[in-house]
Amino acid sequence: MLYIKCPWCGERDETEYHYGGEAHIARPENPDELTDAEWAEYVFMRTNTKGVHRERWVHSDGCRRWFNVARNTVTNEIVAVYKAGEKLELPAAEAVKAEAETKKAPAKKPAKKPATVKKAAVDKKEGA
Amino acid sequence: MTEKFRTSHGTGVDRSSVINFTFNGKAYRGVAGDTLASALVANGVHLVGRSFKTHRPRGILTCGSEEPNAIIQLETGPRSEPNLRATQIELYEGLIAKSVNCWPSVNFDVLAVNGLASRLFVAGFYYKTFMDPKSMWMTVYEPMIRRMAGLGVLPREKDPDTYDHMNEFCEVMVIGAGPAGLAAALAAGKSGARVVLCDEQVEFGGSLLNSKEIIDGRPALEWVASAVAELEAMDNVRLLKRANAFGYYDHNYITVHERRTDHFGPGAKPELARHRVWHFRAKQVVLATGSHERPLVFADNDRPGIMLAASGQAYANRYGALPGKRGVVFTNNDSAYRVAIDLVDAGMAIPMVIDLREVADGELPNVARQKGIEVVTGAGIVATEGRKRLKAIEIAQISSDGEKITGAKRRIECDTILMSGGWNPAVHLFSQSIGKLRYDEEKACFLPNISSQKERTVGACKGTFDLQSALEEGMAAGALAAQDSGFGKGKAPAAPKAIVVVEKPLKAIWVVPTDHPVGQGPRKHFVDYQHDVTAADIMLAAREGMHSVEHMKRFTTTGMATDQGKLSNVNGLAILSAQLGKAIPQVGTTTFRPPYTPVTFGALAGRGINGDLADPVRRTPMYSWHLEHGATFEPVGQWQRAWYYPKAGEDMHAAVTRESKALRDGVGILDASTLGKIDIQGKDAAQFLNMIYTNAWLKLPVGSCRYGFMLKEDGMVFDDGVTSRLGENHFHMTTTTGGAAGVLDWLEEYLQTEWPDLEVYCTSVTEEWSTLSIGGPKARELLEELAPEMDFSNEAFPFMTWREGDVAGVPARVFRISFTGDLSYEINVRNWHGLHMWEKCMELGAKYDITPYGTETMHVLRAEKGFVIIGQDTDGTQTPQDLGMDWIIAKSKADFIGRRSFVREDTKRSDRKQLVGLMTENPKEVLAEGAQLTYERVNPTPAPMVGHVTSAYWSPNLDHSIAMAMVKDGHNRMGQWIYAHDRGKVTKVKIVSPVFYDQKGERRDG
Ligand SMILES: [Zn+2]
Repeated sequence: MLYIKCPWCGERDETEYHYGGEAHIARPENPDELTDAEWAEYVFMRTNTKGVHRERWVHSDGCRRWFNVARNTVTNEIVAVYKAGEKLELPAAEAVKAEAETKKAPAKKPAKKPATVKKAAVDKKEGA
Repeated sequence: MTEKFRTSHGTGVDRSSVINFTFNGKAYRGVAGDTLASALVANGVHLVGRSFKTHRPRGILTCGSEEPNAIIQLETGPRSEPNLRATQIELYEGLIAKSVNCWPSVNFDVLAVNGLASRLFVAGFYYKTFMDPKSMWMTVYEPMIRRMAGLGVLPREKDPDTYDHMNEFCEVMVIGAGPAGLAAALAAGKSGARVVLCDEQVEFGGSLLNSKEIIDGRPALEWVASAVAELEAMDNVRLLKRANAFGYYDHNYITVHERRTDHFGPGAKPELARHRVWHFRAKQVVLATGSHERPLVFADNDRPGIMLAASGQAYANRYGALPGKRGVVFTNNDSAYRVAIDLVDAGMAIPMVIDLREVADGELPNVARQKGIEVVTGAGIVATEGRKRLKAIEIAQISSDGEKITGAKRRIECDTILMSGGWNPAVHLFSQSIGKLRYDEEKACFLPNISSQKERTVGACKGTFDLQSALEEGMAAGALAAQDSGFGKGKAPAAPKAIVVVEKPLKAIWVVPTDHPVGQGPRKHFVDYQHDVTAADIMLAAREGMHSVEHMKRFTTTGMATDQGKLSNVNGLAILSAQLGKAIPQVGTTTFRPPYTPVTFGALAGRGINGDLADPVRRTPMYSWHLEHGATFEPVGQWQRAWYYPKAGEDMHAAVTRESKALRDGVGILDASTLGKIDIQGKDAAQFLNMIYTNAWLKLPVGSCRYGFMLKEDGMVFDDGVTSRLGENHFHMTTTTGGAAGVLDWLEEYLQTEWPDLEVYCTSVTEEWSTLSIGGPKARELLEELAPEMDFSNEAFPFMTWREGDVAGVPARVFRISFTGDLSYEINVRNWHGLHMWEKCMELGAKYDITPYGTETMHVLRAEKGFVIIGQDTDGTQTPQDLGMDWIIAKSKADFIGRRSFVREDTKRSDRKQLVGLMTENPKEVLAEGAQLTYERVNPTPAPMVGHVTSAYWSPNLDHSIAMAMVKDGHNRMGQWIYAHDRGKVTKVKIVSPVFYDQKGERRDG
């Protein structure tokens, strides 16, 4: 069972949360202008990352807030937690690792340098 | 009975304290500190069970939780427990135990006699023997397997014990309290960090409990005692004995099964929880789980009296119970010489050590020789004799590649073999933590390699088999784990000094040859004792194409018994590797999964074992009235809803018929309080609803209500309900009973992640309001009496509006909405007024013969009108168009959730499965919900399925059975006859409109 740090409430068991799928997939502003393939890309297609995956969680049994988690899907290590509307910049090592893992073998030790979260204004196009 | 094999030694038992017990109907004597297994050994009892498939006699093989043979049914009556390991049962006065898996007795087993079993259960027998026809499964195969397997009997009575769960945090969790674990706990404890140390045994000390090691110049157990005393004195340390860490999950979440009262037997204080499951969340973990000795795979290596070497040592040293009169040690490594030496010292005759290695010139073999023990090198045991107890062995020189016998055989009489095939680190928890293993050629075992969590492995579990190094590793790991969790400076305290004995490397010979090729003669080489898997079975599996270790495991069932392959896995995969001509690491291991040892269901259920705490129960404020008036209840999610209200002599059919007619003819009342209710406020509320629902919301007047569908982005309906405008920026949304939580999550998701700029606030108010639905032609008259100051005329209070006012003296919101098709009002009052309102309705409604009705009648009435129930008539794959409800889609809106998907290729097809009504040819026949539909009566195989029945009822108002169904191209097939199939029964049905009753909607206004 994962141990997730809600940005509002702190560390809690996974059972208090619900998973909300891949993060940063914004709902298109004008769905009618999209081709079927583009719309299907938004509705159905996800990256299925092996490595660091940015995903949404909601603290259903707590503050009920949605937020983002960067989780390594190989080890379940949580690299960063950040609020909805914020952006995450992975440290270089982590980014390289994510890239490498997506390609092949899982890397080892977690990078010591923490990921940094940018307090960007809510960007609608980016989604949360 | 006297304990003929009890010595005057035994560091872990108190010979002055006698304990009487019964095993397989016979009375025996043991002493305090004994396990059931050690007491049996002391009494010379080795035949303790029969093997799973072939029912061969089996003896005690180990002294720990890895025991595959001594599987016991403990006690009788409600506290009886099957499949316990005798090696872990602590003896108590009056204990009653018997072997499982033998009938009629362990000494005379019917199934073993006819020899049928061994021919039947070849590798892959599950797949080969029990083929079609399917009917054979129910009548022949399954009962036969069950009787033959016979692994214990479950008590029929309710469990009389209580069970606990505890949640706890710590900085450093140390699992295993052998030398390395004790050292780690000491080092971590001194830093001030919160430390937990748990161990599956009765006492701390691990392997030191069984051996005669010296630490700091004293017997090791004295060091253990002082270490434990030091730990006990630390307030920041929690010590758990009899506690198996059985699961290592993500983020250092560790579950521990603590047996708290089993050692008292049935006389335990009832107020104590029998078992406790601990849920630990640790910042750092130190795994000191030790190792399991590996059996040698040789001819007929399963006779009672054949035991793992170190276990024999444990019985002698710790329990003062000699494993036999005269034994030989059979080994491929130095560690077993220690056993030979200790057993000789304890008074057992050990004439010989048979060593698979050509040379045995280490310190320990030389000490053994000095003790007068003959050491035969380059040799193996090639045959054994004795049915219920080992009588003799044959040894021979074998070739250095281990393939064949090279010399003459020599026969030696003995009653015991103490075997050692090396050691398997207990990497189970490490592996569960997703740690990666590597194969160590020299030690011939899998070792922890790459950690995946904040964890360190120490001692034998890391392959560090010498005591001094294990102590040092433990100290270092404990200090570092504490430092990494914010305590101390990471400096390891000095480790105590053990006597260092250098051991020479082992030699792995995975199958010891005999005088016939493996599998081609009478002698069997057992790999998995509990499941009777032999080396020949594994070789056969490889030949039959099971090249993956996971396939081999399932095909042969190696490692799938209650011991989970603790002894058999490495031997099994080594044999598979050899057969495939691959290196062991190329074949790899099977996946280790929790639980490490079996955990009782009671412990997992905890306080919820009696059911009432397993899941919350939700009741409406009117529940007591329903109960008093004889309602039967139906669970809807966690809610207990009134199902129907049978009068004396009525069955369900009669009650529902009466209730259904009563509403259509007069007035009925339903407790609809469980409907989900969400209060929605904010200046952008209307705009938000416009995106969430398919229809238009901006212009809905205050005081009006609207029925809406919510879709997912794929265009499929996922909930429905009526939402009312309470004010310009204030709405009251209702959802299905089951969908309430999901809808609120859905709303929050869009508000927070897609449209955070919208100012909208959603609050669940389901439990704040009691909802009474009053329907039928007399409903208006009753409402007028209940609320004389309100105007219930069609003009003043039309359909799909709501009004606020005093009803029966309390403030209420009344909604004119209908789920029955008849004139209907839903009165909402604060929940503390719910019961009052219900009673008032019953009182004033008496003269109209007001009839309470439950969910079953509600379902019938709505089906008569063709109203769908989301989740019953739909399953997340229906668009509004599929449901024939195009009218609910606002054509004028540019966007709402799901809209774009309507024009996807698959959604715009005209021949999708669509909602229709079905009428049976025979009006009395009610279809089965879920029945499959075909266009034709007779079909090819496989039949082209064109849909299924979603709802089916007897309609009292139509005097005809009715059904709703999803049918492919159904909207174009009105009036056609199709066929419903229910387990062989075929029913002819006609496709009709799902609106069966009052098709013009004339009853709505009363
Ligand atoms: Zn929270």
